[in-house]
Amino acid sequence: MPPDGRSASRVRTFPLIAPSVGVLLVWMIVPLAMTLWFSFRRYNLLNPMLTGFAGLNNYRFLIRDPALPAILITTVVIVLAILLITISAGVVLAVVFNSGFPGQGIARVLMISPFFVMPTVSALIWKNLLMHPVNGLFAGVMRGLGFTAIDWFGSWPLSSIIIIVSWEWLPFAFLILLTALQSLDEEQLEAARLDGAGSLAVFFFIQVPHMARAISVLVMMETIFLLGIFAEIYVTTAGGPGIATTNLPFLIYQRALLAFNVGSASAAGVIAIILANVMAALLIRTIARRLDV
Amino acid sequence: MNRFKTQLAGGIAWIIAILNFFPIFWMLLASFKSEVEAVQTPPLFFFHPTLANYRDIFALQDYAGYAFNSIAISVLATLLMLLVAVPAAFAMAFYPGRYTRDILLWMLSTKMLPAVGVLVPIYLLSRDLGLLDTRTALVIIDFLSNLPIAVWMLFTFFRETPKDIIEASRIDGAGVGQTILYVLLPLVAPGIASTALLSIILCWNEAFWSLNLTAHNAAPLTAFIASFSAPQGLFWARLSAASVLAIAPILVFGWISQRQLVRGLTFGAVK
Amino acid sequence: MRQHLVPHALAGLALAAGLLATTAFTATAATITIATVNNSQMVEMQKLAPIWEKATGNKINWVVLEENVLRQRVTTDISTKSGQFDILTIGSYETPIWGKQHWLVALDDFPAAYDMNDVFPSVRQALTESGHLYAVPFYAESSFTFYRKDLFDKAGLTMPAQPKYSEIQGFADKFTDRAHQQYGICLRGKPGWGENMAYLDTLVNTYGGRWFDEKWNPQLNTKPWHDALSFYIDLMRKDGPPGANSNGFNENQALFATGHCAIWIDATSGAGLLYDKNQSQVADKVAFTAAPIARVPNGSHWFWAWAMAIPTTSKNVAVAKSFLQWSTSRDYIELVGKTDGWTVVPPGTRASTYENPDYLKAAPFAGFVKTAIMTADLNHPTAEKVPYTGIQYVAIPEFQAIGTTVGQMVAAALTGQMSVDEALKQAQASVTATMQQAGYTQ
Repeated sequence: MPPDGRSASRVRTFPLIAPSVGVLLVWMIVPLAMTLWFSFRRYNLLNPMLTGFAGLNNYRFLIRDPALPAILITTVVIVLAILLITISAGVVLAVVFNSGFPGQGIARVLMISPFFVMPTVSALIWKNLLMHPVNGLFAGVMRGLGFTAIDWFGSWPLSSIIIIVSWEWLPFAFLILLTALQSLDEEQLEAARLDGAGSLAVFFFIQVPHMARAISVLVMMETIFLLGIFAEIYVTTAGGPGIATTNLPFLIYQRALLAFNVGSASAAGVIAIILANVMAALLIRTIARRLDV
Repeated sequence: MNRFKTQLAGGIAWIIAILNFFPIFWMLLASFKSEVEAVQTPPLFFFHPTLANYRDIFALQDYAGYAFNSIAISVLATLLMLLVAVPAAFAMAFYPGRYTRDILLWMLSTKMLPAVGVLVPIYLLSRDLGLLDTRTALVIIDFLSNLPIAVWMLFTFFRETPKDIIEASRIDGAGVGQTILYVLLPLVAPGIASTALLSIILCWNEAFWSLNLTAHNAAPLTAFIASFSAPQGLFWARLSAASVLAIAPILVFGWISQRQLVRGLTFGAVK
Repeated sequence: MRQHLVPHALAGLALAAGLLATTAFTATAATITIATVNNSQMVEMQKLAPIWEKATGNKINWVVLEENVLRQRVTTDISTKSGQFDILTIGSYETPIWGKQHWLVALDDFPAAYDMNDVFPSVRQALTESGHLYAVPFYAESSFTFYRKDLFDKAGLTMPAQPKYSEIQGFADKFTDRAHQQYGICLRGKPGWGENMAYLDTLVNTYGGRWFDEKWNPQLNTKPWHDALSFYIDLMRKDGPPGANSNGFNENQALFATGHCAIWIDATSGAGLLYDKNQSQVADKVAFTAAPIARVPNGSHWFWAWAMAIPTTSKNVAVAKSFLQWSTSRDYIELVGKTDGWTVVPPGTRASTYENPDYLKAAPFAGFVKTAIMTADLNHPTAEKVPYTGIQYVAIPEFQAIGTTVGQMVAAALTGQMSVDEALKQAQASVTATMQQAGYTQ
């Protein structure tokens, strides 16, 4: 806290904060205004004859779409499932990696590598080289062991997407949790052990609470990115079968780049903005409070 | 007992690490196979490696040109981001006002708008500003999309820095600029470094805008990948080789810089 | 023109240089940007293009992308009049739609030496709108049936010249051996208007169905659709490979080339690779026949052409034209034949290709492909009258979206997430809404 008065500090910090706020404001408002404008118009790139005001038609067709609730649920399920997987696996891995073992540095490099891989590339690897039910590696292993191969994208489409994206985000969760854990005071741990606490007790009562803050950060950061998952769906299932793996970004993509219906895509975009702000209000605020911002 | 536990943990850690890395390794392996070997059942672990896929790729596409664009865009966007984000994070961390939290949260919420929803507006704007197929357009977009995360990361890092040092230097009569430059920067260098590294990784992997706003001149490696994915016919081996080429620079860069990356990825958790 | 004086027997390079001499003086040196798909024929063109560049002094910037990305990219470019490209690679679906909007330069003035009459009339017609040719064909394809001759011989069976779907089902049942990962039939299942719907449309056509009646009312809740979809799903569940809902052309071709499929009904352009010993494990075992028929012959096999067009926003129309005259010429086909072998020349566009003894020798499937292309009637794709053209697509702007949404429903029915009735009901509702929104129906 600055010792001097609030007004004085506001004057000083303004020029420092203004550039960030300014550019983001432009970046947000200009496309937003255009999106809002388009969402009330009849505007299809492929049909220049179609012009004029659509009134609420774009929204009406969107809301009436019987698939919309399912798509919103899928959007949220993807986020929650991946959060759960990456954070719980990340916590365990962080504790394991924190114990110090031979070759730890190299093992850590292997752990974090997926984070550097482009989403399109990782989706392509998983789809064609690993999960393919005939010539993929998993199918080969399953058959080698005498089982029938799993038809990943047919029988478990949403789970397959969640597995792929979790693989991409586990390194990020792992890194942040490991860093948090490494800051844990050794003396505190020793004291607990001397008091007779077992490994499990140390894990649940000291290590996990110590990582709580890092977990909050992860929930927030990952949510931001996971709400926008697109490339992995595009490459693997194209939103299907049916609408099993269609989330909101993919729906907008279908409207904007398959139908080239800018009006309808913009209406979906406006809904996405509202959803984003609801999420921001609910989730981020509670977490930010925990982080005592 | 304790030693056994450590060994057990080490063993588990190694197994998980190897499994986790395996998809990348498997792709590397596929890149040295022939197309027929790449789709063979059961999958082949031992085969006669060939460099043909890599040769084909270099003959077809100007890899260096794509790689140059990727590097230029990532680095420039990151520099621009630091220039704008560091002062903002500094101000918010050291002189928080009534609206600091709202500003931060609002910044993060701008990241939640799916890019595909604003494609047409951004495309029309880029066209009217003459920015289609320019590196400038991608630098600006990457800069803006990483700015919220960067401000947040830097903010949490700065907040952990002891404030009395700053106050001391202020009393000594140093201006805000000098305070940042000589007192704060050395202290927060790890945070800035890891923010920059994260930004470079995110820029490098950005595919949506790079594909939709470029044609030839500004196309980075994500567009390079799109020229090898899913043509008619067998393509898995060649695509694997192209993917290896596209991710190799950032992967090696990530390995080298992982210590720096880790040091700053604390988000305020380390005292 | 001069190129007629050049004897065809000359070596490829000399021939190309001679041809280029004619086009060179029509345009001044410039840099043009060409957007194209990454299919092997186009990649070949990219490899040979330096010959044209050298001869004319022009330079080409290539933008090579996978099909879906390319389509998005060129559509946003042309519909916003951004002018990033001088030549676009588009299909027979886009050409008439974009031509109608006057987004493309009419290509009616190609010189006599180009020999437009050598281009199959059906192909030209597919690229013509209101009397103007808006794109020139690079290669064209239809669909037919691939099968494994060795398996048929072993079982003492023969594939009829014009199979019926009931017969195909019988064969597929016999050849399915899941324990050895051998599947009686491979068909497209990956959702998309150019993926599973391309195949399914031909099936619906031959079952006597149609997308719309003459007043643009969607017909997806009719019996032919129901029968066709039920047949497809029964067949695929029983005799198809696992994961069929993510198999498109490529995935099926890979399965066939590695010996997992006994029968595969798909694009004729798939033949080249299957006959190539370096890429196919069944090169000496593959055979082909016409696409099967169910109830009516109409629209049982599709037509598709990859063509090249010039957007009206191009600032280098003359140079772009000169490139098209080179890359879709008879001499270009010959050049590919001589440099890379005759199996890989761009097929399906010119009568002269199918008169060339070298090609006929290298491509045993040539005659079938030609017949299939010539008999695919875009203007009468269905048994009943329809207001649209196109066999495996409907040539209206809304079809990409419609086809893909319906494709999703079909894939859901295939994986058992929806029943056939439910899928068609939802598809009908969705198509009806889209058509209303676009103003075709009230």
